[in-house]
Amino acid sequence: MTTIMAPRKPIIMGAAMLDDFLVRAAIAGVGVALAAGPLGSFVIWRRMAYFGDATAHAAILGVALALILSIPITLGTLLIALAMAATVSWLAARGHAMDATLGVLAHSALALGLVAISFVPAVRVDLSAFLFGDILAVGKTDLAVIWAGALLVVGLLVWRWARLLTATLSRELAAASGIDPDREGLVLTLALAVVVAVALKVVGALLIAAMLIIPAAAARGLARTPEGMAMGAVGIGATSALAGLGASWQFDTPAGPSIVTAAAAVFLVVAVFGRLRRG
Amino acid sequence: MSLLAAENLHVSYGGAAVLEGVSVAIEPGEIVTLVGPNGSGKSTLVKAMLGVISPDRGQVVRSRGLRIGYVPQRLHIDANLPMTVARFLSLPTRQSDASVSAALDRVGVPGLENRQMTALSGGQFQRVLLARALLTDPQILVLDEPTQGLDQPGEAAFYELLEAVRRETGVAVFMVSHDLHVVMSASDRVVCLNRHICCQGTPKVVSAAPEYRALFGHGTHGALALYQHDHDHSHDHDHGPAQADYHGGGHA
Repeated sequence: MTTIMAPRKPIIMGAAMLDDFLVRAAIAGVGVALAAGPLGSFVIWRRMAYFGDATAHAAILGVALALILSIPITLGTLLIALAMAATVSWLAARGHAMDATLGVLAHSALALGLVAISFVPAVRVDLSAFLFGDILAVGKTDLAVIWAGALLVVGLLVWRWARLLTATLSRELAAASGIDPDREGLVLTLALAVVVAVALKVVGALLIAAMLIIPAAAARGLARTPEGMAMGAVGIGATSALAGLGASWQFDTPAGPSIVTAAAAVFLVVAVFGRLRRG
Repeated sequence: MSLLAAENLHVSYGGAAVLEGVSVAIEPGEIVTLVGPNGSGKSTLVKAMLGVISPDRGQVVRSRGLRIGYVPQRLHIDANLPMTVARFLSLPTRQSDASVSAALDRVGVPGLENRQMTALSGGQFQRVLLARALLTDPQILVLDEPTQGLDQPGEAAFYELLEAVRRETGVAVFMVSHDLHVVMSASDRVVCLNRHICCQGTPKVVSAAPEYRALFGHGTHGALALYQHDHDHSHDHDHGPAQADYHGGGHA
């Protein structure tokens, strides 16, 4: 009996576990959710949803740049996302009508990126991987990059939390407390660029903004404080990543869109239950 | 030394001058009220003094380590930002539960800690804003039309509370108001602004000044204006470009 009961090989622990691509994918998804939860909450509170979209779409241009210059994809994405975020902030500060400006920038950057990628020899490029993510192909180096980026963003947000929140409530209130609201805005811009760069591999350029907004929006219905909403968003994002991966494995659907679909399902459930509870 | 002073401030938006050479200083413990018609630059002056906008020329001088308690005109909290009263009072500096509840007691709205900010009435909201401003133990309170949106009893109660707080703590107050009767009863000094400072001094001196009467007096003897509570006079439109007129004496 004992020989049958015993596992065929010892339970895999530690580094060896990372050899399984599904495990790596799950860890990558949770890493992105960790950073996207609190940052996505700020994106919602500050009504920056379209801003997030523009930065994420620009990531495709970053991919093209990286391929052309033969630099790491993450670096190219980070640079272009930073440039886009800085451009948008600069235009906003000069009083441009942001709705139209963001629309022009977001779609131009996406289109330009797609055109630029078409000049790169086809053998090297799987375009859909950049548009929709390629989480099942996440390697150990990717994992390290994703988690380094996620921890950097979470660390930044936790460190400046009270200042960021005050500046989000009101510029005047912040200034009266000796907080520079423009500097806090810059911190969020920086964090957004980092999240875009590391999430590209996981959900793809077209759905990064969804990972920022949907878990946070779902958590809104459950939270009484800003901190509660940010942590709820992390939980919902991580759950969605795992559920989406599971579904993707089960039904052979694309992983990135499956993760976002799972998040959307959670949002729907919370919204419906919230409505029922309020009567 | 002044707590907070503006020195020869010039501010313009898109080429249009909003403030032209404004100097004003607030000394410890005094109540200074800023009055002026709509569009006269009152809110701009407050924002410049808080450091939200930087002036084209001139400077704002804060005394070393100055703690400002700011009560804005209104504060819009996004419906997607969950925020209890207690959490709000702990921004940006974490406060103990005891001091939060003491602050709410002090401004006459005890027990609101766990309510959502968006569920408060206008009067409760303004009192919570005042409680937050007081929690940092400020040397100066800056209030920008703090009673806008309150009905008249609410307004009177708010100013009574403010005066009581001033008596207890000796905090200086720099306040924007269009409630002329309140201004006159509560202020040590009134500053009358219309892009530049038209006149300033004790309420008595200012209400007698021809520049003040030109702005608020409707050609009466000025004293009447103190009690008229006139919100929508249209002097700024009539007299906007012709500022020099204000110095030429009252209307006949």
